[in-house]
Amino acid sequence: MTKDLTRDAPLVGLLVTCLVDLFRPAVGFAAIKLLEDAGARVEIPLSQTCCGQPAFNSGDRADAKAIARQVVDSFEGLDYVVAPSGSCAGMLKQHYPSLLADDPAYAERARALAAKSYELTRFLVEVLQLERVDARFAARVTYHDSCASLRETSSGGAARQLLASVHGIDLVELPDSEACCGFGGAFAVKYPDISSAIADAKLRNITATGASCVVSCDLGCLMQIAGKLSREGQKVQVRHIAELLADMIDAPPIGKERI
Amino acid sequence: MSVSEENRTKVLDRVRDALGAHAPDRWREVNVRHRLVTHPSGTIPARSLGNHEACLALFSGMLASQGANFARVHDPEGVVKAIAGYLTDLELPTELRISEEPVLVTLPWLLAPRLKQVYGAPSPSDKVGLSRAIVGAAETGTLFLVSGAGNPTSLNFLPETHIVLVDAGDVVGSYEAAWDRLRGLYGEGTLPRTVNWISGPSRTADIEQTIIRGAHGPKRLAVVILDG
Amino acid sequence: MVALALDLKANAAKALADTELQRALLNVKRGFVTKRAEAKARLPEFDRLRDEARAIKLHTLSHLDLYLEYYERKVAESGGHVHYAPTAEDAREIILKLCRDAGAKLVTKGKSMVSEEIGLNVCLEGAGIEAVETDLGEYIAQMRHEAPSHLIAPIIHLNKETIAGDFRRAHAGLAPGRTLASAADLVAEARAVLRQKFLAADVGITGANLLIAETGTSVVVTNEGNADLTQSLPKMHIVIASIEKLVPTLEDSCTILRLLARSGTGQEITTYTTFSTGPRREGDADGPRDYHVVLLDNGRSEMLGGTFNDMLACIRCGACLNHCPVYATIGGHAYGSLYTGPMGAVLTPALVGIDHARDLPNASSLCGRCEDVCPVRIPLPSMLRAWRERDFARGNPTFLERTALKLWAYATKRPRLYHALSGATMKVLAALAGRSGRLKRLPFAGAWTQSRDLPAPQGKTFHQLYAKRTRG
Repeated sequence: MTKDLTRDAPLVGLLVTCLVDLFRPAVGFAAIKLLEDAGARVEIPLSQTCCGQPAFNSGDRADAKAIARQVVDSFEGLDYVVAPSGSCAGMLKQHYPSLLADDPAYAERARALAAKSYELTRFLVEVLQLERVDARFAARVTYHDSCASLRETSSGGAARQLLASVHGIDLVELPDSEACCGFGGAFAVKYPDISSAIADAKLRNITATGASCVVSCDLGCLMQIAGKLSREGQKVQVRHIAELLADMIDAPPIGKERI
Repeated sequence: MSVSEENRTKVLDRVRDALGAHAPDRWREVNVRHRLVTHPSGTIPARSLGNHEACLALFSGMLASQGANFARVHDPEGVVKAIAGYLTDLELPTELRISEEPVLVTLPWLLAPRLKQVYGAPSPSDKVGLSRAIVGAAETGTLFLVSGAGNPTSLNFLPETHIVLVDAGDVVGSYEAAWDRLRGLYGEGTLPRTVNWISGPSRTADIEQTIIRGAHGPKRLAVVILDG
Repeated sequence: MVALALDLKANAAKALADTELQRALLNVKRGFVTKRAEAKARLPEFDRLRDEARAIKLHTLSHLDLYLEYYERKVAESGGHVHYAPTAEDAREIILKLCRDAGAKLVTKGKSMVSEEIGLNVCLEGAGIEAVETDLGEYIAQMRHEAPSHLIAPIIHLNKETIAGDFRRAHAGLAPGRTLASAADLVAEARAVLRQKFLAADVGITGANLLIAETGTSVVVTNEGNADLTQSLPKMHIVIASIEKLVPTLEDSCTILRLLARSGTGQEITTYTTFSTGPRREGDADGPRDYHVVLLDNGRSEMLGGTFNDMLACIRCGACLNHCPVYATIGGHAYGSLYTGPMGAVLTPALVGIDHARDLPNASSLCGRCEDVCPVRIPLPSMLRAWRERDFARGNPTFLERTALKLWAYATKRPRLYHALSGATMKVLAALAGRSGRLKRLPFAGAWTQSRDLPAPQGKTFHQLYAKRTRG
């Protein structure tokens, strides 16, 4: 279902995110398909690498600022910036303005960038007015609210709305959906015991739903969840929400073998 | 300068340093004085804003859900009968340590000859205490008891069973309305030595999150509302 | 500050292996989290009250000098005395002198985190004064020579069998054959034992949940009534409270009290909320003859007006602990500090310095649930990050951490290098994983793979595939 892409169609810069770029490009392509099908023109600024969260959350403000400036530069001149990630979109929306507030050359531009930055599902529903997707996935699916998509980009409603529209889906709510999965970026490797124990709690809730597939807006969470499920030999499949919504499930689920 | 004056200066100076507040600032002082004098209320929960009957219903409902017994009577005779009935039903001791509030002293105790009234300072061996609440706040079933000549604070805490009399006309909706009543009685900017908010019997959940009554204070709280 | 082993990783490992503790921690989740949500649902005005409570606290903090002076005047008017204590040592000295002047041999104590912060009990015991905690949880912690493990549920980590054993040891004079099987048995015994202490105490020391400037009043909330017996029976009542506990008016205390119990335990209100103003009055039937308030600074004034100013708005409800995924898995003792959970992770470095507490703000996934539930909307994740910035600036992270970050940042700022390196690396990782789609072991990635598989990358990066797609 390809909409007619007129010159008036909004010009969206896709912030691929470093995890999608490195580990699962399929998510990036699914995001492009969703955006184009919903009537946007998509550009991929090639100078993008990362939003800078690892530096920001480690207290390395100088590098975080340098990377933020790079992102601001890369995404100049676009109508919107969209990321298939609550944490990366949240980084731009919630943190770039204060990060670059004391840099006269970037302060205003960072604020402008923040105002036009979105997490993917929220953008599709709120800006592109997408009400449903044309995808099929006949299975019981549960949705994990990543902390950033819950608290920084408020994407929970949009994600659930689009998921519910998938043909054949049996969407069940995850118990204690507001609980963290324990990823937290570098936290997962700096405090692995604690990170892993937090994931255990999340896995118990996933198992309790009886779902055969769990999805989320954030690949970091999904890698944590998939890594734990895999280590425990569990069959539950893990995918990024974009893959389901775009009906692009050719790639094996995260962490699963190629058939 | 004495040590205590030095300490005082040290702390206040540090606070003023941190706030950049060394020069006298009329606006800051006005802000503070205004708030203290006008003591504005914040949002008052809608549940506290019902009419009197609604307040009484809320008051008793909250107390009941917080583990207190509740009786509503229509005259002083009813008060005595309710107290006697309560103690008899639960097979509790019938000797009452009573706070020397006139409204309690002048109750028609003759109607319940098996009850023994004891006045004066509470003793650790008292099993049942009777006090009067000066006002009740319906929003959380909270009794306000104040210290005074006839009101030992310890009477609210030492006996195992605590009975509290409150007049229906003294039950208001919100905490703020209750404080206004106290301001009417005691004046602005001043309070009795102790104001006890009591909203149920003593309890603890410290051991395995199991709720047990009578941790240190009374195991039982019974409230009699006089609505006559 | 009471010194504890500040080795969070080692403590956490022990805590994670402690099945008793893990079972107890589930109670926190099921209990307090659910109950807070229910209490919030019953009060439609809840979130508006949070905004108002925050505004009240921030207003008070920005005028703290003026409110302190007014409060002091009102306390004096009611016949009480205010003592300022710049440091913990000053506070101990003041309280010790007051107790000595009163000829105190026995002191009962209501629950007070600040009194533990200054090491008061140890100080009193050292001077030959018996100091008995009367809050049941604190009493048991004291018996075990342990710090409380939770802000409002001090012994949430202990089961009743353990406590029964402690009681038999500590209450040696009681009949050895007595039953101590249920929580009710234990409470009944504690009630009887502590009753004797309440009645015999010369001095009662409490903390204060709030101090009210308008009337010169200290406020203590309990469910047990222990603070009331502590402060009304002895001849002297000492309140120890830190300076930021002040609020301007009775109405302001109403707003905060509506949030305190609901946020922490899900109760509408604690059983007892007691407002104490000065010593007993002429004609009062009972009450202490002397009333003293010790106002502790101990690092608060340094936080005022700075990055961590808003941390001083904390009303010590415990909601952040109850909702924190880290606290839920490791419990309070693993933090190795008096104040634990998210509020402890922000407050402790302010009191003892980031160098001595760096694990606290770092051991967080920054999930943000704490800020979501804080009744005064303290931006805890931002403050945790601010501590990480200071930690980083002081060169505290390990050589490995700093080097990894430096290398990563170097590449990330150079897109062509980044894309080349990442392309090469992902190709290797994908090859190592083969068809399996995951890596069970990987050099340098032991921290991840010790407990999780690492999902394999697809092999080509997005940039490589996109370039191919747009070329072809």
